[in-house]
Amino acid sequence: MATRLQFENNCEVGVFSKLTNAYCLVAIGGSENFYSAFESELADVIPIVKTSIGGTRIIGRLCAGNKNGLLVPHTTTDQELQHLRNSLPDQVVVQRIDERLSALGNCIACNDHVALAHTDLDKETEEIIADVLGVEVFRQTIAGNILVGSYCALSNRGGMVHPHTSVEDLDELSTLLQVPLVAGTVNRGSEVIAAGMTVNDWTSFCGSDTTATELSVIDSIFKLREAQPSSIVDEMRKSLIDTYV
Amino acid sequence: MSSVMDEQSGMFNVQQTIGSVLCCKCGVQMPPNHANMCVNCLRSEVDITEGLQKSIQIFYCPECTCYLQPPKTWIKAQWESKELLTFCIKRLKNLNKVKLKNAEFVWTEPHSKRIKVKLTVQAEVLNGAVLEQSYLVEFTVRDNLCESCSRFQANPDQWVASVQLRQHVSHRRTFFYLEQLILRHDAASRAIRIQQVDQGIDFFFGNKSHANAFVEFLRKVVPIEYRQDQQLVSHDVKSSLYNYKYTYSVKICPVCREDLVCLPSKVASGLGNLGPLVVCTKVSDNITLLDPRTLRCAFLDARQYWRSGFRSALTSRQLVKYFVFDVESPVVEATVGGQIYALSYVQIARESDIGKMFYVQTHLGHILKPGDQALGYDIYGANVNDNEMEKYRLSVKNGLPEAILIKKCYDEQRERKKKKSRNFKLKKLPIEMDDSRGRLDPERMDNEYEEFLRDLEENPELRFNVSMYENTEYEPSETASMTDGEGAPSVPLAELLSDLKISEKEEDDDEEEDDMAE
Repeated sequence: MATRLQFENNCEVGVFSKLTNAYCLVAIGGSENFYSAFESELADVIPIVKTSIGGTRIIGRLCAGNKNGLLVPHTTTDQELQHLRNSLPDQVVVQRIDERLSALGNCIACNDHVALAHTDLDKETEEIIADVLGVEVFRQTIAGNILVGSYCALSNRGGMVHPHTSVEDLDELSTLLQVPLVAGTVNRGSEVIAAGMTVNDWTSFCGSDTTATELSVIDSIFKLREAQPSSIVDEMRKSLIDTYV
Repeated sequence: MSSVMDEQSGMFNVQQTIGSVLCCKCGVQMPPNHANMCVNCLRSEVDITEGLQKSIQIFYCPECTCYLQPPKTWIKAQWESKELLTFCIKRLKNLNKVKLKNAEFVWTEPHSKRIKVKLTVQAEVLNGAVLEQSYLVEFTVRDNLCESCSRFQANPDQWVASVQLRQHVSHRRTFFYLEQLILRHDAASRAIRIQQVDQGIDFFFGNKSHANAFVEFLRKVVPIEYRQDQQLVSHDVKSSLYNYKYTYSVKICPVCREDLVCLPSKVASGLGNLGPLVVCTKVSDNITLLDPRTLRCAFLDARQYWRSGFRSALTSRQLVKYFVFDVESPVVEATVGGQIYALSYVQIARESDIGKMFYVQTHLGHILKPGDQALGYDIYGANVNDNEMEKYRLSVKNGLPEAILIKKCYDEQRERKKKKSRNFKLKKLPIEMDDSRGRLDPERMDNEYEEFLRDLEENPELRFNVSMYENTEYEPSETASMTDGEGAPSVPLAELLSDLKISEKEEDDDEEEDDMAE
């Protein structure tokens, strides 16, 4: 279910938070409202970690991660790195990478299986992404924009891209990512999708300016209506039983 | 997905079809735009006409149908015209914030004193989306007499500048000719009043610059001398504004065409010893003097003339009719100032005294034939009241020439034709006659005008600056063309203008005879 919230009166929640299936990172705000909104949704399911990266609060745009790992830029301080390593579950690998393009959140859009990368990313970085996050990396552009991380919000069930994406591009990306995609907007017609919202397999958080229409589109493409956290665990159990047999 | 192979550049171009998104407000499918909202939602969100003027007052003068553009200009415009639309748009403030795409009038009753204009404007909203919106502006029209109309209402005879044109001669030929010139060039179109006075005409103007323009026009067509004077009418002490009445006193040179002039010795020697007896052949902005004995010509412009200011010895009033008995072959032929002259000896006698024959030289050898009639000055019998002439008479050895012929006389031919009307008509200026004096004799005026018309017929040069209109009531008499070998001079049809106002006949007839010698 999609939730509408604000970070210190700003609707760009995707900038100040990072949501994955295994953990959630939030920025340190003046008031606790932001944190409590996340808590009320996710409290017992996944850990919610308050952090900063390189002393800044724009953590959503600086780091990229999924349930397997988290990549942080070279501007991250040692203390922050240590804090992250301590707070996150053990199976999540936290890796600091040396990359000229340090806003990894803007350059990389990923879910648990596949990732889209900025075309100018280093070869090394691409290898690290494939390694740490355990995904297949594709260098792509979205509607002519190279900042794929900003203009695309991805989860394992679906994705939303920049509204000006052409039909052919949409098809191409869909086949690459193997999930249904839709071109849409968030926060009352804003085109920067990933900055306006953050999403994982069963929930999403959008800026409070998001209209009802946009919210319904988000709900449908990310299949959030029926999703409950327990159902994922049930699915996992089913597959476990399968393998046992 | 369809793809196009561009073989020339080797590029693989993929066709891009724009997808559709949902409007973020109402959810309707639409192609994506900068705001990602459908047009209706955008319109309801943003009003680009906010802050623009929607109602405004304008002032209108009902007398001259002008609209006021503050602070002082009055612009003439018709109801629902392009000029009015431009004026209305200029009056609106703040219109530079948006781009104006279209403007048109919405119909209102003329007596409702309201003008409605529908404006379509374009402006950029949100992040780059360009929105077009139309809105209505209402103009309230208030009646207000403009300054010139109110001044005119208060006193219709009010003039600011006047030009007093005078020529100190006993005939009005110059003024008839000037009248035609003025009509031709439309120089007196801005005159409030034109009044005829003894020996001249007064023109009244509402503006000093109009009077100045008129005087400049006169300077180009006749040799004049003028002076300008002003009279204080009112004086605003606080803002130091002075209102004056300006008067231009213009004097036209008294030497006219066909006049006989005896030049003062200084002038004669200044012109290269031109024989002191000269005939004035043409007056335009300079005077052309022809010496009938040597066929030499001299030109005097206004400044040169007024330096000496000589008067004519004999004027056209004193012309006498002569019979020409014999014309000898020309001694010398010359083309002077575009005119051909031939110097030859003739035997002439006055009509009143045929017994006395004179044997004189004349410059009209090219047109005179034995048996003709000619007009000339009778110096032998005349009592000339001119100092220069007296001096010359005393100084010269052989005596003055007994007669100087000026022009050929066509009276006989005119008698034969017995035409009642001429084939052309002339327009007249709206001149007020000064009846209070009583000195003007209407019969004399008619005679002078008749002579002026005859002059026009005889001289194609004079017709050059005169607009002559076709007289549709004219019927050429058939007998005349057959009997006389040499007809009386008349204006060829080709020179006449077709005038749609004078002749009320069908226009298609007149259009064929359009003037080419204009």
